[in-house]
Amino acid sequence: MDSQTARKKKVEATIVSQKQIAEQIYDLWLETELAQDAHAGQFVAVYPKNAATLLPRPISICEVDREQCRLRLVYRIAGKGTAEFSVYGSGDTLEILGVLGNGFPIEAAKDKRVFLMGGGIGIPPMLELAKELDADKHILLGYRNQDLFLQDDLGENGQVYIATEDGSVGVHGNVMDIIRVNALEADLIMACGPMPMLRAIKQYAAEKGIDAYISLEERMACGVGACLGCVCRTKEVDHHSHVHNARICTDGPVFEAREVDI
Amino acid sequence: MNTKVTIAGVTLSNPVMTASGTFGSGMEYSDFVDLNRLGAVVTKGVANVPWQGNPTPRVAETYGGMLNAIGLQNPGIDVFVERDIPFLQKYDTKIIVNVCGKTVKDYVEVVERLADEPVDMLEINVSCPNVKEGAIAFGQKPESLYDITSQIKKKAKQPVIMKLSPNVTDIAEMARAAEAAGADALSMINTITGMKIDIHRRKFALANKTGGLSGPAIKPVAVRMVYQASHAVKIPIIGMGGIANAEDAIEFLLAGASAVAVGAMNFVNPYAAVEVVEGIEAYMERYGIEDVTELIGAVEER
Repeated sequence: MDSQTARKKKVEATIVSQKQIAEQIYDLWLETELAQDAHAGQFVAVYPKNAATLLPRPISICEVDREQCRLRLVYRIAGKGTAEFSVYGSGDTLEILGVLGNGFPIEAAKDKRVFLMGGGIGIPPMLELAKELDADKHILLGYRNQDLFLQDDLGENGQVYIATEDGSVGVHGNVMDIIRVNALEADLIMACGPMPMLRAIKQYAAEKGIDAYISLEERMACGVGACLGCVCRTKEVDHHSHVHNARICTDGPVFEAREVDI
Repeated sequence: MNTKVTIAGVTLSNPVMTASGTFGSGMEYSDFVDLNRLGAVVTKGVANVPWQGNPTPRVAETYGGMLNAIGLQNPGIDVFVERDIPFLQKYDTKIIVNVCGKTVKDYVEVVERLADEPVDMLEINVSCPNVKEGAIAFGQKPESLYDITSQIKKKAKQPVIMKLSPNVTDIAEMARAAEAAGADALSMINTITGMKIDIHRRKFALANKTGGLSGPAIKPVAVRMVYQASHAVKIPIIGMGGIANAEDAIEFLLAGASAVAVGAMNFVNPYAAVEVVEGIEAYMERYGIEDVTELIGAVEER
């Protein structure tokens, strides 16, 4: 999947708009040249301005507007860095590093029945994915409660199904319960979300004998494959270190589910 | 203007290197920096065989710095010789290979394997705090440091840099032990052992519990240790620890370092290493300094 990787850069991006769309969830549009090379499933790393919080924060790309050179990031406040980002508004600038990682394999989904499965803050990358995929798309979204986000944008790009942990909207449970309750079938799965969800998808795909591409996350430092901080266990020997540890930032974040030991 | 420095007979185009473990073998950062502009690339530690490294999480941010416990994941010397050395040879920079091992025999095996390779210097990692065997185990007592240094010196064809740990009581004593055993140069400091706890989950931030602290937070400790060591030994010192820009690098030179390395700050600013090279040149111009070596140890004592 290396072919998607364009030359990486650290650039200054200008905030076009930012608004809160759910509890702790922010919707940020940035104007940046990086939009030209960005694809579904890739990410950028955003730098806090506070020098005490040094490391860039990896944030998945939610939507790409190549014409206007804009990237949309939808993120959750998870600590000091993202809390800082949330206070900025239109006209402010942010330094970002990108475009990082390999995205979802768009061609693999052509004309297939595909589940796009997003859980929590794993939902945002499903939007650009839904826009790029030329397939029969079932979009399965898992939320904690009725505090939904991005469901309307996603609804414009495929059939959306919702599950909530508290049962307040849609299916009571998680994205796997959506499949069961609606008796859905697919030839391929593309997913991003918390680890228990990804484990369930890996197992489901194996049972059904279908391919699944899952996007992993891990604490990162460099974001470019040098520090070896963000590795995941792989079935085969990885090409970089020749052990069984692929780098999520550069070999991923999207992996074929059967390739990774999660 | 002369920016060249000579360390153990090896002349570098300028005194700026990359710190081991923060720059791979240069491939990942060649998108950002022209490796030809660097005095040397110091590679990620390489052992005789591939090392798996530690479980994740391996990194955690701390105030003005970061902790890491990668555990020296590396592909082993065979892949390194076939892939990484040929890559670096394409550039006009010196190649310094960082060597790690669990036993003295492991280190010696790598050192012997590199004897006929186009490598300019060896940096011996006796200071990584994140592995259970080897590394720091050799770098915290003067006798063990003396022993491993002299055994490596017997076999090494290239000049040997011993990379020292700050996790010791008396850095001058360690520096003297390495020098007495025949080390050609010293590099310091490796990371300072630290710990971070997530109070909400009541868990360690790193799977390894402890990790090595790096970044601007450790710079004053590093400058102090370089200063103390430079007064204890005659061999050159490569200074590192939180260098983010040329001002930081010059501080190390004035403290007594003959060269410097940019480490964790590569992660923060992938252009940092070359910016330090350019910033040193600008500083020399501003103060009318003809030769960068004039700065080495040039802090005024009164």
